Amino acid sequence: MSTAQAVKIGIAEMEVVIAPNVIRTCGLGSCVGVVIYDAGKAVAGMAHVMLPHSSMARGGVINAAKYADTAVEALVQLVIAAGGRKGMLKAKLAGGAQMFSFSTAGGDMMRIGARNVEEVKRQLERFHIPVVAEDVGGHSGRTIEFNPQTGVLSIRTAAQEIKEI
Amino acid sequence: MDDIRNLTGMHIDILREIGNIGAGNAATALSTLLNKKIEMAVPRVQIATFAEMMESIGGPEQVVACVYLRIEGEAPGNMFFVLPPEQAERFVRRMIGDDSFSFQGEAHELGCSALQELGNILAGSYLSALADFTQLNLHPSVPALAIDMIGAVLSFGLLELSRVGDYAILIDTAIYDERRPDESINGHFFLLPDPESFSTIFRALGVDGL
Repeated sequence: MSTAQAVKIGIAEMEVVIAPNVIRTCGLGSCVGVVIYDAGKAVAGMAHVMLPHSSMARGGVINAAKYADTAVEALVQLVIAAGGRKGMLKAKLAGGAQMFSFSTAGGDMMRIGARNVEEVKRQLERFHIPVVAEDVGGHSGRTIEFNPQTGVLSIRTAAQEIKEI
Repeated sequence: MDDIRNLTGMHIDILREIGNIGAGNAATALSTLLNKKIEMAVPRVQIATFAEMMESIGGPEQVVACVYLRIEGEAPGNMFFVLPPEQAERFVRRMIGDDSFSFQGEAHELGCSALQELGNILAGSYLSALADFTQLNLHPSVPALAIDMIGAVLSFGLLELSRVGDYAILIDTAIYDERRPDESINGHFFLLPDPESFSTIFRALGVDGL
């Protein structure tokens, strides 16, 4: 009997799972959901990233999961600690939408989704982790679930479309 | 604002009063617009992690119709008027006098601008009450509209706060129409001031900042 669990992470959080468990996060807008996994070991980590860079933080302790630059690094460590092998890691990502398209409001925050995606990719490159699939940009929110057993990232939007990458 | 956990009971009361005054004004505007009595709940001031806040408003996946605008001026922040999509549809039908209107239909653009205009009126009256009360110069940006998961839309309003810490301060005021449960209105005004706006607001009201 399988006792698989769906581990849920919230905004600015991250977690790692081993099959048969799956991991999901809901309501990604400009945020990016990044998954780093080792298919052979069926282990996967996911972070729900809000902002591109920890240099945007103003004082205080930095929550690594919140920023693309710190989240990717921390996630790599988490996945390796859970049995993932350096050199075997791959990534999938989704999110980075621009939710309010016809607004002039928000200033430089309007492009935050695209900037999040760019920085996540830059960081993955730094760790030599290939992005094997992505569903980013656009104007819709996304809920994503990753299954480390199959390596499939399932993406659902408010319009109930389901996409598997 | 260095640490929002330093907020005292008095600060929370002031934020609640801000929700009260702003949303009260907006509810009155809506009553006039729809010619029916709109009730308002006591505002809720929430200090929670982002994830906890999302859970407390029904979970990030819940689909809503949302009018967003940026508050500009002396105490900048973000404001959202949020309601279930089927209620937004009903508002639009009433406003444009077309009972067949649906967000999926062809008149989509007209409906969207009607809803944006509604958000504009409500947010404008919320803000003008707030500006009168605090004597601060506050004005709304052009409104933007999205019909999508609440987590996806509201997280945009958390970006500024997220640069300072891992907690959200959300001033949440619900409006409803309890006499017509069949045609009930169940909307929320969410006010998310930028971090530095809290001390501006407290100072403007003659209370020591943080």
